[in-house]
Amino acid sequence: MKKEMVCISCPMGCHLTVEGEGDNWTVTGNSCKNGERYGIQEMTDPRRILPTTVVIKGAMISRLPVKTAQEIPKGKLFDAMDELSKVVVEAPVKVGDVVLKNVCDTGIDVIATKTMPAV
Amino acid sequence: MYDIIVIGGGPAGLAAAVEAKKEGVDNILILERDRELGGILNQCIHNGFGLHTFKEQLTGPEYAGRYIDMAMDLKIPYKLNTMVLDMERKDDDTKVVHAINEEDGYMALEAKAVILTMGCRERTAGAIGIPGFRPAGVFTAGTAQRFINMEGYMTGKEVVILGSGDIGLIMARRMTLEGAHVKCVCEIMPYSNGLTRNIVQCLDDFNIPLKLSHTITFIHGKDRVEAVDVTQVDENLKPIPGTTETIPCDTLLLSVGLIPENEISRGAGVEIDRRTQGPSISELCETNLPGVFAAGNVVHVHDLVDFVSQEAALAGKGAARYVKGHLEEDINFTTVNGDGIGNVVPEKITVANLDDSVNCYMRVRKVSTDTVINCYIGDEKIATKKARKFVPAEMVNFKIKKSDLEKYHDGELKFVVEPKEA
Ligand SMILES: Cc1cc2nc3c(=O)[nH]c(=O)nc-3n(C[C@H](O)[C@H](O)[C@H](O)COP(=O)(O)OP(=O)(O)OC[C@H]3O[C@@H](n4cnc5c(N)ncnc54)[C@H](O)[C@@H]3O)c2cc1C
Ligand code: SF4
Repeated sequence: MKKEMVCISCPMGCHLTVEGEGDNWTVTGNSCKNGERYGIQEMTDPRRILPTTVVIKGAMISRLPVKTAQEIPKGKLFDAMDELSKVVVEAPVKVGDVVLKNVCDTGIDVIATKTMPAV
Repeated sequence: MYDIIVIGGGPAGLAAAVEAKKEGVDNILILERDRELGGILNQCIHNGFGLHTFKEQLTGPEYAGRYIDMAMDLKIPYKLNTMVLDMERKDDDTKVVHAINEEDGYMALEAKAVILTMGCRERTAGAIGIPGFRPAGVFTAGTAQRFINMEGYMTGKEVVILGSGDIGLIMARRMTLEGAHVKCVCEIMPYSNGLTRNIVQCLDDFNIPLKLSHTITFIHGKDRVEAVDVTQVDENLKPIPGTTETIPCDTLLLSVGLIPENEISRGAGVEIDRRTQGPSISELCETNLPGVFAAGNVVHVHDLVDFVSQEAALAGKGAARYVKGHLEEDINFTTVNGDGIGNVVPEKITVANLDDSVNCYMRVRKVSTDTVINCYIGDEKIATKKARKFVPAEMVNFKIKKSDLEKYHDGELKFVVEPKEA
């Protein structure tokens, strides 16, 4: 199998060509190692970081920005949004605090991306 | 009297203040009109910031947080909810900043140097003149972003986006994830103005169509948006009759460009470059007014915040040198945009102020491959910038060595897009 794609691992946006099958892939067009990793991952198990917000009580504003600590499978983005829509946290929160463990059984936690003091 | 007053506490203002403090200037004050520091990054909850600076993919609030922490660690004073109204320069070169907040009321604050870091604002529907009423449901993409990400308020369910700049693309994904149906993104140009990675991860991932060479020719609905007319345009960007499609929607997001916010600069007599719509600046970000510096989106619209921080650090350094009386003011070079280049920043260069090189930031006018950007002084080519592809959406950072400039003493640096030599 052969596919052309744009690497989204950084704003350079290198144009990759990924060729191969099973466990055996070659990536060309990348400017760094992350591009190779991305190209292979995109063919075998595409994943994305999910940045979103959850409800926060007792802070200056009503939404706390969060993200998955690592990429989660692309197919689980909407399920993760569903799970996160039920989460309510209380201020204070520090950047990096876990707001939801093991989102959608991915083994990956969702963490706060902003420090919000209680008011 | 303050040594330095920084107007605007976004990433540019923070980086400038941090650098000035590190250069040994203590008496600094940051003035910010919002309820917190961090600027526009507070609403940019997506990841993709800071790869150059921190070698990781941070979200906007995380990136801002790092600079806020640096400023706090250095104990740099700041005032929030404080709106700067205007600024003037007195005959003895003192700068007076007029500002207002609830606690202190009206203030006239004096400083030796001022750094302008007010960022930019978005173009609106009025600014681009789409026919039709101005019903509820028409938002700039940034306003919608603030509503959704900070107030938790969804702006609509059936969405059309005009303009494929990064904010529009990011909002297409954001609204889709929040359960809205984004019907399409229309772009009047034959190419997108956003980063390619955003087209992939914001549109392609969710099968949202990008209609290039299409614009919105009419907004239907009087109280609330009911539909928009989407029409194809020809190579002169004129609508092609008979190609109009009416798309029902309750929300129209506009992502049609940013304009540097320069009312204060203009009022103070800062010279504005008509190409960038921001102040003309030197290699250390000094404007035409001695002791008045500018950096970040107020100077020219950046697509990467890392470059904002880099540029702003120079402004901090420049202001610190000015305060200490170490800033050289003899301009050796001016920069000009030749064929294929839209604008160049900085506009003027004093070689004596450079460490070992100067970063010239520029935008190309159109997409090209198999080209290079050459830098000339007179007829002599002094440097070449290579890339696989040049696109208007991605600012080019062209580094010119101090040693190359020293060979000439003075002149005009001209940047030109030319075919790659075989
Ligand atoms: C929607 C969006 C998405 C982006 N996505 C990315 C991305 O993915 N990756 C990336 O690297 N970059 C991205 N950027 C760019 C980056 O966010 C900006 O380049 C950066 O925030 C600019 O910093 P700044 O300090 O110049 O301006 P701003 O962040 O706008 O800060 C200006 C500050 O000045 C204050 N101010 C203005 N006028 C006054 C006044 N009169 N008195 C007092 N205070 C005042 C404002 O309140 C604000 O806090 C994005 C930008 C936007 C808008
Ligand atoms: S290959 Fe490396 S440099 Fe190129 S886009 Fe991917 S991460 Fe960035």
